[in-house]
Amino acid sequence: MDAKQLYEKLKPIQEAKGYLFNADMSYTMPLLENLLVNKERYGYMSCPCRLAIGTFEEDRDIVCPCVYRDPDVAEYGACFCALYVNKEWNEGKIEHKTVPERRPAEKVMKAMGLG
Amino acid sequence: MPAKVKIYALSTCIHCKKAKEYLESNNVEYDCTYVDMLAGEERQQAVDEVKKHNPALSFPTMVVGGKVLVGFNKEELQAALGA
Ligand code: SF4
Repeated sequence: MDAKQLYEKLKPIQEAKGYLFNADMSYTMPLLENLLVNKERYGYMSCPCRLAIGTFEEDRDIVCPCVYRDPDVAEYGACFCALYVNKEWNEGKIEHKTVPERRPAEKVMKAMGLG
Repeated sequence: MPAKVKIYALSTCIHCKKAKEYLESNNVEYDCTYVDMLAGEERQQAVDEVKKHNPALSFPTMVVGGKVLVGFNKEELQAALGA
């Protein structure tokens, strides 16, 4: 599967849930490509913008679409990576802010034995 | 813009890519560590460094002349480079 095929596959499923792909393809296409890179690397589509721990159990919260997407789109109009956005965001009615990380850093630190 | 930039990034992260593109198009020299490409102790060390600069441990984390920037925000980066 390539990024374009992944796009076509996910678009109707996610749109039905109210999530749109970022209309800026210079974001969406590389993000989809890198979801596929992570699928190859880890066996699951781990968030491209986060450091994966490398086991499904520990990365479950950041398997795309991550558990942080809902609150981030509700609050900022976009997910952390800006792959999924809402209509207002795509239409430029919401300021495109940097979405702060919601995943607790402690989780990664602990998994790496640094906590 | 002579400021030297240290960027902690992930090879798959879009905001890291955008930040690097911005630096390149402005001819800003930078040193990039791709934390996801490191393994074992090297990775642990890099994660520790990122956490010191940015407790949220998110990417990109950039250090521009002593100032820490989290995430890619063009205006913010521009201001830090100009300072
Ligand atoms: S931040 Fe966006 S791209 Fe990243 S895992 Fe969550 S939903 Fe997917």
